[in-house]
Amino acid sequence: MSADSTTSRLGGLAWFSLAGLCCLIAISLLASLLPLADPLRQDAFHTLAAPSLGHLLGTDGHGRDILSRVIYGSQVSLFTSISSIGMAAVLGTILGITAGYHNNWVEVVIMRVSDSLMALPSLILGIAIMAILGPGLDKVIFCIAFVMTPRFIRIAYGATMVVRPQEFIEAARAISAPFGRIFRVHILPNIVSEISVVAALWVGTAIQIEASLSFIGIGVPPPSPTWGNMIREGLDYLSMAPWIALAPSVAIFCTIILFNLAGDSIRDIIDPKHYRRA
Amino acid sequence: MIWTISKRIINVIPICFFVYTAVFFLLRIAPGDPATAMLGDYASASAVAALREEMGLNQPIFVQYLHGLIGLFKGDLGISLASGTPVVDQIRAALPYTLELATASLVIGVVLGVPLGTLSAVKDGKLIDHVSRIVSLAGLSIPSFVLGIILMLVFSIYLPLFPAVGGGGRGNWYETLVYLTLPSLTLGLIMMAYVTRVTRNAMMNVLSEDYIRTARSKGISERKVIMHHALPNCLVPLISLCAINFIMLVSSSVMVEIVFSRPGLGRVLVSAMLQRDYVSLQSVLVVYAFLIIVVNTFADILYSIANPRIRAK
Repeated sequence: MSADSTTSRLGGLAWFSLAGLCCLIAISLLASLLPLADPLRQDAFHTLAAPSLGHLLGTDGHGRDILSRVIYGSQVSLFTSISSIGMAAVLGTILGITAGYHNNWVEVVIMRVSDSLMALPSLILGIAIMAILGPGLDKVIFCIAFVMTPRFIRIAYGATMVVRPQEFIEAARAISAPFGRIFRVHILPNIVSEISVVAALWVGTAIQIEASLSFIGIGVPPPSPTWGNMIREGLDYLSMAPWIALAPSVAIFCTIILFNLAGDSIRDIIDPKHYRRA
Repeated sequence: MIWTISKRIINVIPICFFVYTAVFFLLRIAPGDPATAMLGDYASASAVAALREEMGLNQPIFVQYLHGLIGLFKGDLGISLASGTPVVDQIRAALPYTLELATASLVIGVVLGVPLGTLSAVKDGKLIDHVSRIVSLAGLSIPSFVLGIILMLVFSIYLPLFPAVGGGGRGNWYETLVYLTLPSLTLGLIMMAYVTRVTRNAMMNVLSEDYIRTARSKGISERKVIMHHALPNCLVPLISLCAINFIMLVSSSVMVEIVFSRPGLGRVLVSAMLQRDYVSLQSVLVVYAFLIIVVNTFADILYSIANPRIRAK
């Protein structure tokens, strides 16, 4: 596919989503350089203040600046979701290819365990894992990676099953190429695009899971700002100060939309048939 | 046909067995001791030892596993460590709230999503198509608890039409309906987004089929072509979508039950987790998994009834 055709297939919406994501990541990374209030600084004289020039998105029940907390909260959401999806993609791809390539007990064990874990919805499984591990940023990352891994196993397994009977794999096996080499040189390059597309789409899912766990109170512990625990705090003040819950809600919604649009755009480039169908 | 249905029902048994095994070992192999986790780090060694004895944690893991499995077959899910009541009673009280929420949401999603998806496909590229695609994208991107809070803000706080929290008393259908409206609308609107997208794609594929062209060339009205020829052929992907999304609904119901304080299975799960009640936690997880397996099997059966080609296989 030429660069021109790739560029022309990227519509306005795709450029918008990619630009939006770049802005979001830049703001998140450069939060400490922006003229923002300390997200943890409490101000007893300005609790539940409505949005104003001093506090663009208002303040919460402890007088903390909501805008600052939303921006610092994005660091947690983005870091958690991207790193957990990265971990799940690597682990799931390795296990999925291994299961798809070996037509023996290895396949049975990996796929049955994976299917059993997929019988539970991601969030419910995530709650169970967090119940065991306890709250904490590293534990949330591990938890989301754990619940997302079976999905990647399923995708990598399916893609490997398509690639496995092809002649170049047969040829590699005929010359006694070891599994490691077939994995690295022949299978992985053929399925990596499919994995990248679902990874981009599932970052949104990971953000939802992270926010849900924080909302329940088992994610990243307070006072660290996360979108989920901000919404939870805002729920108590919903009738008096709705901006506390609404600001992080809008942030989550916009971020997930941007990731979904970006994922769709990458899929349209990689899989033109899907583009035409859509 | 009866053989196909029986085969699918028989297939459920090993899957349930695998799921129980996975949940059991997941909670056992994890780092940390459940008894210490429940009593806290400052509990005395004797208290932890007593609780370990009570929970049966001193027995070999395989014996614990067998005891749990036998109890499950007998319908005995153990005694809650937090409340001291049988877990099966807690689940029996909570399950109707979750099931009625998931069912009502599914109905709302299908009733709103199928017409919108059909209209979007028929009016491809027109304003209604763009609106439906934006609505669908928004629904796919909004977390259930965020939408729940927005609906609560609008319909309970600004316009006090529906109660913000609670599940309503059992036996009073009007009260049940009133308390169910906002939670089911929350999940129903998200479900609608999925249904709209799948109906649109399925309808677009069906509308380009030869038999649709033939029907049109015979002079049949467009409404009849859509309703009698195209829509029934979109049913098959819709059935599998409903099964897949029932899982999403059950999962999201946890969050919606927390937002609206509904006394459903999600609240039992979260309170078991917050109180470190591992007996209840394991049982609720198994019930969730069984529920999903049963729905998937039911959808498989419906799928084979709706699609003669699968039935023939």
